[in-house]
Amino acid sequence: MRLCSANTWEIFKREFRAYFESPVAYVFLVFYLMLIGFLTFFVSRFYEANQADLKYFFFWFPWVNLLLVPAATMRLWSEERRTGTMELLLTFPVTLGEALLGKFWAAWTFMTLATILTFPIVITTMWLGDPDLGAILGGYLGAILLAGAYVAVGVWTSAMTRNQVISYVVALVVCLFLALAGWPPVMDIVNRWAPSWLVSAVASLSVMPHYESLQRGVVDFRDVLYYASVIVLALFGCYLVLENRRTA
Amino acid sequence: MLDVQHLQKKFGLIEAVRDISFAVTKGEILGVLGPNGAGKSTTMRMITGFLPPTSGTAIIGGYDIVEQPLQAKRLIGYLPENAPLYPEMTVRGFLDFVAGIRGYRGAERRRRVESAIERCRLEKVRHQTIETLSKGYRQRVCFAQAVLHDPQLLVMDEPTDGLDPNQKHVVREMIRSMASEKAILISTHILEEVEAVCTRAIIIADGRIIAEGTPAELKARHPSGRLDEVFRMLTRSAAEQTVVHR
Repeated sequence: MRLCSANTWEIFKREFRAYFESPVAYVFLVFYLMLIGFLTFFVSRFYEANQADLKYFFFWFPWVNLLLVPAATMRLWSEERRTGTMELLLTFPVTLGEALLGKFWAAWTFMTLATILTFPIVITTMWLGDPDLGAILGGYLGAILLAGAYVAVGVWTSAMTRNQVISYVVALVVCLFLALAGWPPVMDIVNRWAPSWLVSAVASLSVMPHYESLQRGVVDFRDVLYYASVIVLALFGCYLVLENRRTA
Repeated sequence: MLDVQHLQKKFGLIEAVRDISFAVTKGEILGVLGPNGAGKSTTMRMITGFLPPTSGTAIIGGYDIVEQPLQAKRLIGYLPENAPLYPEMTVRGFLDFVAGIRGYRGAERRRRVESAIERCRLEKVRHQTIETLSKGYRQRVCFAQAVLHDPQLLVMDEPTDGLDPNQKHVVREMIRSMASEKAILISTHILEEVEAVCTRAIIIADGRIIAEGTPAELKARHPSGRLDEVFRMLTRSAAEQTVVHR
């Protein structure tokens, strides 16, 4: 399947514009940036730390994305199903895969835009000191890939229901699992009953080690492969859900 | 143009459509009549490729909707029930999206959008968002979407449902104006509509075709000579038969 056919491009444009045709995009972007800024400067006490280092800034992306990526993706399929436009979309000469990819690219591009708009924090840091540029680029790449994985999960859950709230909550829970999978308190619970291979399998699902290693400014092929696998799996899951709806 | 062959659709244990076959040629307007829940919408959704049939298929201009869905879909214009649309888009923006999806680019794309706007008399609302439009205008926007690529087959699921008499008149005028160069399939439960626009009609009840003919032929089936009496006579007995059958 082609990653961006002409049809995918048309659907991408429609979906991306749809964010800006309602107040959604503006409200979203303002709150996204305010939240990242607040957490970096006030909760992590960026100034008091007295280091021109973006460690605390990048620390917050998995958590802010956890709350807000599902909000950006919850309507993608659920709204099509609720209003019946899905019937229109799937009777156009478009394959399901093309429509799915168009929506995914649109939401991911929107999240990439949100991520990049945090650049004033980087400029502030560069003005105050001399942070490692490689680490900043790696951090941003990690944040964008992380957003891509969350977006794919959100696209998937939005196909499961015609209710946007359910779509949001399920996406949040799945992303929370991806974020916490390797975290010691969670692993302790799994450890109590699961065999060791399962424990390590669950731990290896976590986004965190891959996110943190990119922050060091090292682009490891395995980290990129991890994100690509999560995205492909979630989108394939979404495809199956949609196909199943049609044949049921 | 359209050849429907033994379509069947099961939802779990419920058989919504059982072995429906019919054909529509160019220049014909075929009305699909039936009570609510008879299987009209399900049949149309299978013909347009939204729902895969459990068995059977529909051939559109030589292309099998199950085997060659993309080629077949290019030849179809579809107006789904309740005219679903993207509420946040403007009329022009929406039609431009549809033109893009239908493969038009550049000047041809603009021309297609303009001609659809003109044909469906949408000039006044072209820059309005769809959510601000009245039901009649929405219906026409969805109609514009269906005829933008000048399809050989036009499928309309209850195109005048919920419209006032003036709006119904406008929609019927648009349908008639296109009749000569297309094959048209209209589902409805409004009997006057069949007499007003259709050249031929089939009556579906309980997922089966129970009668077929021109409006005049169908009317002759009941001594009163009125279509609603024929409809009641046929669909009621079909419903009763199924009850006994089960």
